Parts: sequence; C-alpha cells; structure tokens
Amino acid sequence: FVRWLVNMADVNRVIQTQSSNLTPVKDAGVKKSENIHSKSENQELSKEEKLRQRKEKKQQKKNRREDKGNAAQPEKNATESQVQQQKVSGPTVVPSDASVNNEKLPSGKSKAELRAERRAKQEADRAMKGVKKGDSSQSFGLKSKTAASEPQSVVKRLSEHVQADDPAAQKRLAKKLERQQVPLRNDYGTKVNLFSHLHQYSKKIPLTQQTSIPCTVIHPSIVRLGLKYSQGIITGSNSRCIALLHAFKQVIHDYSTPPNEELSRDLVNKLNPNISFLIQCRPLSASMGNAIKYVKKEISNIQSTVKEEEAKAILKECIDKYIQEKIYLAAKAICKFAIEKISDGDVILIYGYSSLVNDILCDAHEKGRTFRVIVVDSRPRQEGREALRRMVRKGIHCTYVIITAISYMLPEVSKVFLGAHALLANGYVMSRVGTSQIALVAKAYNVPVLVCCETYKFCERVQTDSFVSNELDDPDDLIVTQKGSTHLEDWQNNSCLRLLNLVYDVTPPDFVDLVITDLGMIPCTSVPVVLRVKNVEQ
Amino acid sequence: MSPGVDKETELSDRIETFLAELKRGGNGRGSAETARQTAGLLRRITAQARWGNAGELMDIIRKEGKRMVLAQSSETTVGNTVRRVLKIIREEYSRLRGRSEETDQQESLHKLLTSGGLSEDFSAHVPALRANVIEVINELLTELEGTLDNIAMQALEHIHSNEVIMTIGRSRTVEAFLKDAARKRKFHVIVAECAPFCQGHEMAASLSKDGIETTVITDAAIFAVMSRVNKVIIGTQTILANGGLRAVSGTHTLALAAKHHSTPLIVCAPMFKLTPQFPNEEDTFHKFVSPQEVLPFTEGEILAKVNVHCPVFDYVPPELITLFISNIGGNAPSYIYRLMSELYHPDDHDL
Repeated sequence: FVRWLVNMADVNRVIQTQSSNLTPVKDAGVKKSENIHSKSENQELSKEEKLRQRKEKKQQKKNRREDKGNAAQPEKNATESQVQQQKVSGPTVVPSDASVNNEKLPSGKSKAELRAERRAKQEADRAMKGVKKGDSSQSFGLKSKTAASEPQSVVKRLSEHVQADDPAAQKRLAKKLERQQVPLRNDYGTKVNLFSHLHQYSKKIPLTQQTSIPCTVIHPSIVRLGLKYSQGIITGSNSRCIALLHAFKQVIHDYSTPPNEELSRDLVNKLNPNISFLIQCRPLSASMGNAIKYVKKEISNIQSTVKEEEAKAILKECIDKYIQEKIYLAAKAICKFAIEKISDGDVILIYGYSSLVNDILCDAHEKGRTFRVIVVDSRPRQEGREALRRMVRKGIHCTYVIITAISYMLPEVSKVFLGAHALLANGYVMSRVGTSQIALVAKAYNVPVLVCCETYKFCERVQTDSFVSNELDDPDDLIVTQKGSTHLEDWQNNSCLRLLNLVYDVTPPDFVDLVITDLGMIPCTSVPVVLRVKNVEQ
Repeated sequence: MSPGVDKETELSDRIETFLAELKRGGNGRGSAETARQTAGLLRRITAQARWGNAGELMDIIRKEGKRMVLAQSSETTVGNTVRRVLKIIREEYSRLRGRSEETDQQESLHKLLTSGGLSEDFSAHVPALRANVIEVINELLTELEGTLDNIAMQALEHIHSNEVIMTIGRSRTVEAFLKDAARKRKFHVIVAECAPFCQGHEMAASLSKDGIETTVITDAAIFAVMSRVNKVIIGTQTILANGGLRAVSGTHTLALAAKHHSTPLIVCAPMFKLTPQFPNEEDTFHKFVSPQEVLPFTEGEILAKVNVHCPVFDYVPPELITLFISNIGGNAPSYIYRLMSELYHPDDHDL
C-alpha cells in the first residue's frame, strides 16, 4: 500500500506534464480537480486517450448546443445539479467528480479560485435546471442522508438497482460507474416478467473479471470483500455489515489526504467508488446502508483543525464502537429478553440461519433451559444446515426438515423464532424468502411467531409485497440432478421457461406476534416509533 | 384338469408379480396405470378363478384385494378399484335377480339412510353373472382409460386468457389439463418445484415444450408470489371421504397461501382417487421415505445426532378447496360424500 501511495505521487507529476499539452476545454463539469490525484493509475496513456476523445466529443456537443442558449451539457449538468441538492452523496449518488478531466489549467489560476468559479457557474445552472426539473419524480432513496429534523422535505431518489428496466437510469448508472472507474456488471439469463425491474447476475461471472489489475481506484480489501459477497461466501446481514466496516477501517488506515484537501470531504469521495463496486457485486442490505450512512456522517463531522492521524484514529474508534454497540451488545440484550420467552420443554422452530436466533438459542441452552429445536431449511441455499451444525455442536437436540414438511411438524411446535434482514417502517418484516410462509402456516396452527431484530436494521422504507424491491439470485442454482436426469439443464435455450430464485420476501405484521429488539419487546407496528426515537437521538 | 391347474398357477403368478411391483413402489407408474392394471387383474380373476355364486366371487376378490392393499397401503387406487368391482358384482347380481336398478335419486337417498339394515343373500347361482361382470369391468376399464381426456376437455371452461396459474409438483392430470387449454388460450404457469424430489422441474420442462410460458420457483417462494396468481390448480394422490386431500408434501402451505389471498384452489383428480377413508392420525396417514433426500450422507458428522423427517404427503382440509374437477364434471368439496355412495357400497368401505 505504501507503494500505491508512492505511485500516486509519481503519476501526479506525469499528469501535470501531460495536461499542459491538452487543450483547456471549458471546465463545466469539473467540480473538484483534487480527484484527479485519486484517479491516477498505471495505464495512464490509454486513459488519457479516452479522456481526450471524450473531451472532444463534449466540445462538439457544446458547440452544437451553444446556440440554444442553454448551459452546455444539459444532461451532465442536470445530474450534477440534482446531486447538489442532496446534502451528502449516498453510495448510489454520483459526486459527479471529474476524474474525467485530468487536465488542469496552466498555473494561471489557483485551485480555490477555479473551484469558486465552477461553483458559481453551477449555481446558475442549477437555478435554471431547478425550474425545468422541478417536477421530476423524486422518490425514496435507500441511503440519502438528510437532516433528521426535516422528515417531510426529504428529496430521495430511487436507487438504480430497482430500475433495471429503465434504459435512461441504466445509462446514468453506466456513466457514473465509468467516471468512477468501476466496472458495470451485466445481467444474466432471461428474467421473469414480474421482476424485469431487478438485476439478475450469475455467480460464475464475478465482477472482478472486469476490473483491471492492479486497480488503484478500489481498495484491495474492498475487492476481496465484493468477491466474497457475490460468491455467497459472506451471507447474512450482520456478517456482511461487520465485514464491510472492517474493510472500511482498512481503507481509512491506508488513506492519506492529498494536499489542499479536507479529509472530511475527500474521504467520502474516495469511499464512493468502493461502495459502487460493492453494489455492483451485490446490492446493499439495509444494515449495510445504515452503517454507511453512519460512517459518512462521522467523517463529515471531523473538524478541519484535526490532524490526519488523529482523525483516522477517531474514525476507526467510531467504527469499532458502532460494531460493538449495535451488533454485539445488541445481541446480548436481545438474548436477555428472549430467554424470558423460552420455557423448559419448549419445541422451537427456526428457519434458515440467522446469527441472532442462533445466539439466542445457544445462550438459552447454556443458561440451562431444556428445549428442542426444529430447523427448517429450503433450497437452493440450504442455510439451515449451518445452523444445524452449530447447534449440534453445542449439544442442542435438533430435528431437520425441508420447508414443504412444515405442515407435518407444526402441530408439535410451541414457538417459532425468526430472524430478519430489515424491519420496514410500515411494520412489514423483510427476511429470507420462505419466512412469510412459515409465519402463515404457524398462524394457521396458532403457534406464536417471534421475530428477533437489532434496531440498526430498522429502515424507513415501506413495502407491501415482495415484488417491488427484492434481489434475484443466480437462476442456475435451481438446477438439480435427480436420479441421473437434469430436467432444467438447458433452460436458457427454451424461450418459454424461466427460473426464479428470489432472495427476500416480506411478512405482513398480522402474522408476527412479537418483535424482540435491543430496546425491548415491541409489536411489529411500533417500528416507526423506534425510528423516530433514533432520529431524534442523532 | 391340468389346463385348469396351469391357469390357476398362471393367475397366481400374475397376482404375485403385481404385488411385488406394488411393494417396490410401482416403477414410477401413475395412479391411472395402477388402476387399470388392478382392474385388468380383477377381470382375470373373475374369468379364471373357480367360484360358484356371487358370494364366493366377492370373497375371492376381497381376499386378493386385501393383499394388494397391504402391499402398498399408500397406493389407494388399488383399494378403490377393488371396491368398484365389488360394487359392480353386487349390482349385476341384483339386476340379474330381477331387482330394479337404483337410478332413482330418491331410492339412493333412501338407501343411504337405511343401508345398515339390509343384508343381501349372495348365495344364489346365476349363470350369466360371470359374463356380465366381465362386461361391466370392461366398461370400467374404458372409463379409466378416458379419465385424462375427460378432465382435459373441461379445461377451457376454467382457464381464461392471460391468467397466471400456479401448480406444485408433477401431476399428469394437471399437465394434460393445462396442455389442452394452451391449445386455444395463452396463459402463464408458475410451478413450485416441490423439494426434495423436485418433480416440479419435470413438469415445467414438459409444459414449456408445449409452448406454455412456465416459471419455476422454489417452495420457499410460494407465499411471496401468490399475490400475483389468479388460480391454483393441483393434482392429488387421494381424495378423502370428507372432501379433504392427501396430496404431495407442500400442498397444505400452498392451500393456506391461496386462502389468504382468496385465490381459488382447483383440484383435478379422476374419480378412482376417491377413497372412503376419513383423515385420522392413527390411520398411518403419513408415509415417510429415506431422509437421504433431505440431509444426505455427506453430512455424516451430524447425521447421528439429529432427527430428519421426510414426509411424502400432506393433509389439506376441505375448507381450503374451491372445486374438484373430475371425469364426471365439477363438484364442490361438500358433495364428495354423495359421489362416494354412488361409487362404493358401504359394506365394502373396510375391505
């Protein structure tokens, strides 16, 4: 990593010499030239050529449009102005930096003056754009951070990962990724019509095949992490979040502020391509989204007077505190609440592998409660086997069935414990696909359903069905060879056949009897209350 | 004498092979095929066995039938066919003896109420009985062969265009039903794969070859996609006497999800699947197969310490079912008990 930094410095010098050769094209579109440093890489020349070509195209476009009297590059400016409206760029939002333009004006003006000029220009553009685009649809975005004190004047954008069928949105995304030098992942296989707005990727084609090596834009630990996400090596919202935060700590450790830059602003911009890369590997979970929001908030709160080393230490400590408080201690608190609900002689049914539910049961077993567990599993992920292994190791008496057999097992079950991926603001529980089914059948047999979820997974989104926002996994996972014949082997060649591998589903609140959180035991409908309390605290 | 003895040994050989096949699980034969084979075998017994009067014939058939049912108690079509043949014998006997046929509805209702008291005397020798019984069994065989077409013919009355239909596992009846409708209408089918045997895959491959737009989903996603489904059409292994079903494992979840979304649940099943048996926990209702399908032996370290269950069937109560479509038309679940009285004689309910 030291070499990485040294390389950056060398390449900077190369850029400076080269940029004097380039024609100083209008700097509309360049917001922060400091990002030039961060975007340097070994393949200087090819990138330079590409940039030159792009600049020429832009110049032509500008000449064509100048007589319209509008600002140059209306599209590009529009996205930028939209971005300006948001306080802090979320991971799906482009800071619209201009790694594009590597050039710098010859030393006539200082950078600060350049910046001021550009800002003034963009204010003017935005004023015009604001009139034009005032009524463009602004809907809910997952990760936009807005001041909590203004709950209603939130301007949120729909994240691109649920707009796979909108070509304009996909083009915007492709442009943004190109600017950030993050490869774009292609969809795989024909999608079911109901889900054509979602992306469907294949596990056999990981994103890292398209990244250049060495990749200086994306930190190596993030590349490793993204690969683990897309291959399914790290699954489960808690593990993904903890792994993400550890990777961020590594990035912060290796970060060094470029001269004339402020850590609080620059570090966020350095993190954004990394986050885009992770999103391309696998869409973010609600827990990861909340964690990213927190980290960005902490970064932007760093005073400019604080020295770099101290700032980094502060940030790392914040991240550690977050993990400790929101995940580990929360788990302990939930265990304490949950053990009151487990009596001796209980038969408890669990579904799949939830780290929290596993902790609860192992803890209760250690505290001496006698109960037995029925583990329900489903294809194709078969995560229940992992839960089974861990509990058998602890000595808990277990039974194992597949989800089609729950009607047979439920008459002897006394309680159902379910984990959650996120709790939505209208009380719906978003969890692994199959959870809603278990809750439904348990309700039919009058068995109480308890959902365990930490508060950091609470999310302001609302959703009523499992279609509008979901994740499509690799459809090839469904193929299985039974008795020597694989019926679905060439489903791709059959235009009438589709495979659907959903990852999440939402459970309506009337199926859930109780939610156990670190703040206590609440009914499903009290989620917005908790969210409000949390926002006020922040 | 010796040709008679040969015939007898040949007959018992056939019965033995049939029983052995049943015990082994039927080599993937459908229930229709099993029913046809049973009826064929019973016809042979009627033709070749030595009996003097109707009572003796019924005893022979009952004895053989009991052995067949015991060989594979979950294969209820065998027992049902035996009961049908017994009813045929009773009817032919009373017809030949001069009593009127009970086609009158009131008569049958009266019979329903008073059936406990009458006991027929089957000891009279009626010469034409053998031939008549064989003839009626032939009619039964033709009926059995035509059940699939009869049910498929009703498909257009129930499926409109651009529908989304959900089904589970693999049922030859439903397959024929959907393929017949697909000739004239365009609709989508979602197939739940029905782990652990994943018969749904075969069904989906077969349907998509006929140009029906099919989607395969996992069993865990049944409730998630149910809100976009217009109808649920399933097959079943058995129809119980109260109108409930004994169907493949996972059907109860499907039925509950359909009820939650108020989606009609249609069961396509021919009449020979109707069993005069009520759901009863002690009645070996459930059948289990090797848990190797659920937790394979590769998970050896934990296999010894866990219980693994792999039930094959599910009970679906009649309240969750909207309609039965069979070869004699469509019926509500509340009407099943009447159909049963027309097919089987109450004395034969326990073989």
